[in-house]
Amino acid sequence: MRTIECDVVVVGAGPGGSMAAKYCAQGGLDTVMIEKKHEIGAPLRCAEGVSKKWLAEVGIEPDPVWIRADMVGAVIKSPSGYAFKLDESKAGSEVGYVLERHLFDKALARDAVKAGARIMMRTYCTDVIREAGKLVGIRAKSMGEPMEIRAKCIVAADGFESQVGRWAGIDTKLALNDLCSCLQYRMVNCDADMEYCEFIIGRSVAPGGYLWIFPKGGGIANVGIGIMGTMAKSGEAKTYLDKFISDDPRFKKSQAVETVGGFVSTCPGLDCAVDDNIILVGDAARIIDPITGGGICHACRTGMYAGQVLTECAKKGDFSKGALMPYEKMWRDRMEDKLYRNWMAKERLAELDDETIDELVRLISTSDIKEVNVYNLLKVIKEKFPKVVEGFEDLI
Amino acid sequence: MKVFHMIVDVDRCLHCGGCVGSCPVNAIFLNDFILEFSDRCNRCGRCVKLCPVQALSLEAGA
Ligand SMILES: Cc1cc2nc3c(=O)[nH]c(=O)nc-3n(C[C@H](O)[C@H](O)[C@H](O)COP(=O)(O)OP(=O)(O)OC[C@H]3O[C@@H](n4cnc5c(N)ncnc54)[C@H](O)[C@@H]3O)c2cc1C
Repeated sequence: MRTIECDVVVVGAGPGGSMAAKYCAQGGLDTVMIEKKHEIGAPLRCAEGVSKKWLAEVGIEPDPVWIRADMVGAVIKSPSGYAFKLDESKAGSEVGYVLERHLFDKALARDAVKAGARIMMRTYCTDVIREAGKLVGIRAKSMGEPMEIRAKCIVAADGFESQVGRWAGIDTKLALNDLCSCLQYRMVNCDADMEYCEFIIGRSVAPGGYLWIFPKGGGIANVGIGIMGTMAKSGEAKTYLDKFISDDPRFKKSQAVETVGGFVSTCPGLDCAVDDNIILVGDAARIIDPITGGGICHACRTGMYAGQVLTECAKKGDFSKGALMPYEKMWRDRMEDKLYRNWMAKERLAELDDETIDELVRLISTSDIKEVNVYNLLKVIKEKFPKVVEGFEDLI
Repeated sequence: MKVFHMIVDVDRCLHCGGCVGSCPVNAIFLNDFILEFSDRCNRCGRCVKLCPVQALSLEAGA
């Protein structure tokens, strides 16, 4: 059987994997990244919306190649049509981008290659290898050929599927309320006036989740829905989304040119995302915003942290859990409070009926929020609807 | 691995991997386009319930 030896094997070439591979390779580590699909970044499993602020933090230079549209503003709508609208004039330039995700992911993979990482496409991990109790690498199939990749440390960047961690004995199981089943269409020939990113909340529209419209310019938009696991029934994401689209006049003349399935986790992250000789990043570590389901920035951050920590570990030749713990501290220091707060808020919002959501959005629309983000919205809710944030108001 | 009393409607499946990541016993594997169920599957039905496009069902009486 073919065997490859390296310092670090990264499983999955999404943003988390590519960032980890880049920072490992930059740190001088012999890095191999494998990807099971035949194309990085495709098929799409994303609504492609990001804010702008974090890009500099992780050393990514905005590039027109993968920026499809600048968001003009955002609208939050309730089931009976109350809307809170915020545009750029009010929000400054900090609204966000709608990406061309398949190009974004490829650009990050290129950066990893530039730094010296190797990529193996159409290569899927099937298990981890343990010898004398110690993780020493992974088993994989590359273009159908079974092989072993032996490494001092595994980076599990395998996204929502998150199997590598489980094979290594880490519990990444999700409670039903901590996941969302999603479906999205890329609609073309939509009403040309569609410029705002829309979030529509309320049980009758998207039980326990929300429905989104992210315009990409030229009458194209990602229109999708997420439904909380506890409230989902087989095929219902499609039923709700189809109904919404057929009822909304803006889509009267439009058609879908792409169907996207995918799930997001909505928990506050794993209890511990490292163990001896393994580190989990991004969706694999369940590090994703539990309210918005936005995880690109989290994957990039955790990937970068993993690469930085592994670079340090290599200097001492120690990849034990203890040596990897600085990674745990880094992501928690940066994100834990917010993840936890949004997790609590998600639970609470999912309990509200349509009438309460109507009232909530109506109240928010009378406030003077400067920038749409979950924190600012929760601040208004805390002020005007304190019951909703009871129990975690200290975090707001 | 064998297909174990789960029916995958290959004409509906979007290969999104949602069922893989939500399986409580890690019994589903997605090799890009093909869903495989291992005999760890205990017929809990979670994947059936969660599938956004109704591509999964339990084999009757299995
Ligand atoms: C419908 C939907 C809409 C979303 N919208 C947004 C949004 O608008 N903004 C935002 O910020 N986030 C969004 N997200 C979340 C975002 O897509 C993820 O958080 C992000 O992709 C996580 O990056 P990652 O690198 O951790 O994982 P991924 O991007 O999922 O990458 C994982 C990679 O690992 C590969 N892989 C898996 N298993 C194996 C294996 N066994 N062997 C080899 N390779 C393997 C996969 O093929 C994949 O390429 C959305 C998610 C969904 C489902």
